[in-house]
Amino acid sequence: MKIIVLVKEVPDTYGDRKLNLETGLADRAASDVVLDEIGERALELALKYADANDGADVAVLTLAPEGATATIRKGLAMGADRAVHVCDEALLGADLGLTAEALAAAIRRQGFDLVVTGNVSTDGSGGMIPAMLAELLDVPHATGLSSVEIGDGVVSGTRPVESGVQQVSADLPAVISVTEALPEGRFPNFKGIMAAKKKPFEVLTLADLGVAADNPEMARSIMLTVAEKPPRASGVKILDEGDAGDKLADFLVANRLA
Amino acid sequence: MTDFPRDAILVVLETSASGVLEDAAPGLLGAAAAAGTPVALVLAAPGAGGSAATEAAALGAAQVLIAESADPAALGVPGVDALAAAAERVRPDAILISHSLNGRDLAGRYAVRSRSAVSADAIDVARDEEGVVAHHSVYGGAYNVASTATFGAPVITVRQGSIDARAAAQPEVSETLTVVPSGKPAARIDSFEEVVGSSSRPELRGAAKVVAGGRGLGSQEQFELVGQLADALGAAVGASRAAVDAGYIPQSHQVGQTGVSVSPQLYIALGISGAIQHRAGMQTAKTIVAVNKDGDAPIFEVADFGVVGDVFKVVPQLISALEARKK
Repeated sequence: MKIIVLVKEVPDTYGDRKLNLETGLADRAASDVVLDEIGERALELALKYADANDGADVAVLTLAPEGATATIRKGLAMGADRAVHVCDEALLGADLGLTAEALAAAIRRQGFDLVVTGNVSTDGSGGMIPAMLAELLDVPHATGLSSVEIGDGVVSGTRPVESGVQQVSADLPAVISVTEALPEGRFPNFKGIMAAKKKPFEVLTLADLGVAADNPEMARSIMLTVAEKPPRASGVKILDEGDAGDKLADFLVANRLA
Repeated sequence: MTDFPRDAILVVLETSASGVLEDAAPGLLGAAAAAGTPVALVLAAPGAGGSAATEAAALGAAQVLIAESADPAALGVPGVDALAAAAERVRPDAILISHSLNGRDLAGRYAVRSRSAVSADAIDVARDEEGVVAHHSVYGGAYNVASTATFGAPVITVRQGSIDARAAAQPEVSETLTVVPSGKPAARIDSFEEVVGSSSRPELRGAAKVVAGGRGLGSQEQFELVGQLADALGAAVGASRAAVDAGYIPQSHQVGQTGVSVSPQLYIALGISGAIQHRAGMQTAKTIVAVNKDGDAPIFEVADFGVVGDVFKVVPQLISALEARKK
């Protein structure tokens, strides 16, 4: 069973996150970067399966600038067997379509039974890469799973949607994405950190993958403007002197909110 | 063959298993009307197409294409096939889809298949001389970004609850869309359990008003105070991650970076300190009210009306004041 887990380096949400107002790109120097927590949960799912089943091969795959090596290595330290890093200058500012194309090419090159991703990253929050990959790889998608069962040739799980809860299943190969309801990723231990240094770590460029960043037949999403929003001005703040509930009711009524 | 308007905006609307249009429908059609002429594609449960089309016209769709899935157990793929057929017929200037789980899957797959550009999680849609532009609020509302496609109709997913505009009702003009299945492999929906709301409270996602509680509520029993105020206002119930982690309320109510993002008219934060992750999911709310014992809590930085006080004193007084006004 070959499982590929998508991981992503993101600005830590515990700190301030900045966009460069000239390029519209994430200002990576402005904030600490971490392995996105949802990707760690996706990896944990794969590692748990590998713990219980012989012959499972777990690879972490990421698309990120050059500096992301250390963050990706955390995935190896947690227990992944291999890492694949898609890295190319031409991917700077890549939109969802180009990102999906490059990732799909890397996945195809590795070969896979199951691709596991987080449902939404904390920085982009597009949440579309899983379905895009499924379309590009010509396999089923089962997204937003709050529980997952990996069986023999089939993956199944619980999928909460707007109006209720679905039980879904897909024949392998397939792409799944998981939600925060899944268990947290394990902490890398010392042995894992040491072992990570010896594990295969492949770096691929777009040329290696046969993907053209500037394919004129593909429509791309472009940023027109980017502006920092003025910080929200704080309004009235009152200290409760026994009548704050009434004053709050007045405020809501005056603003037609109650 | 019907002609479609030259400035058509194709709006994809899903129905629930029981056949009613998704909650995002009025906002999606409202956004479309501001950028062109809304043409709806209704992805309906079998047998529900007719009533859903009537609903879509009442919400402002000038024309409606109905696609009832021939294989409702197939996850996602039939909707993509229908959208491909509809876009082929309508030749819209943009395609609007709800930024729900199903909507994101649909947008992602369709964009790949049609080689279209995708703009995710828009909070507004507009048209300039060049075409349709999507506006986004990123990094938890810290930045405003506008995006568009290099060419072709952009596929835009719209954040639920972010659009206030509503379109005027239109006379119903509908037809059934012919869809040729792509035969692409799909996951199966083996069973479906409709969530029967244990109360009449609105769904958190897309709610016009949200009352949310944090660890300051102290216990699962005391968290019910949040529900009482929500009921007095007709609001949905939300929670901070701290309250979810403490087990006061299920994770589906979590508002924030890692939970649900909401943009309601009114957001009331009770006993929530307002960590960055929480604010990221709610600070695009039109009006924010906070009640917290700690006058230094960061939630006050974004609050339009802040009360430094005990939620167990302030909120019951607020509820009775609201009830007194209703009489």
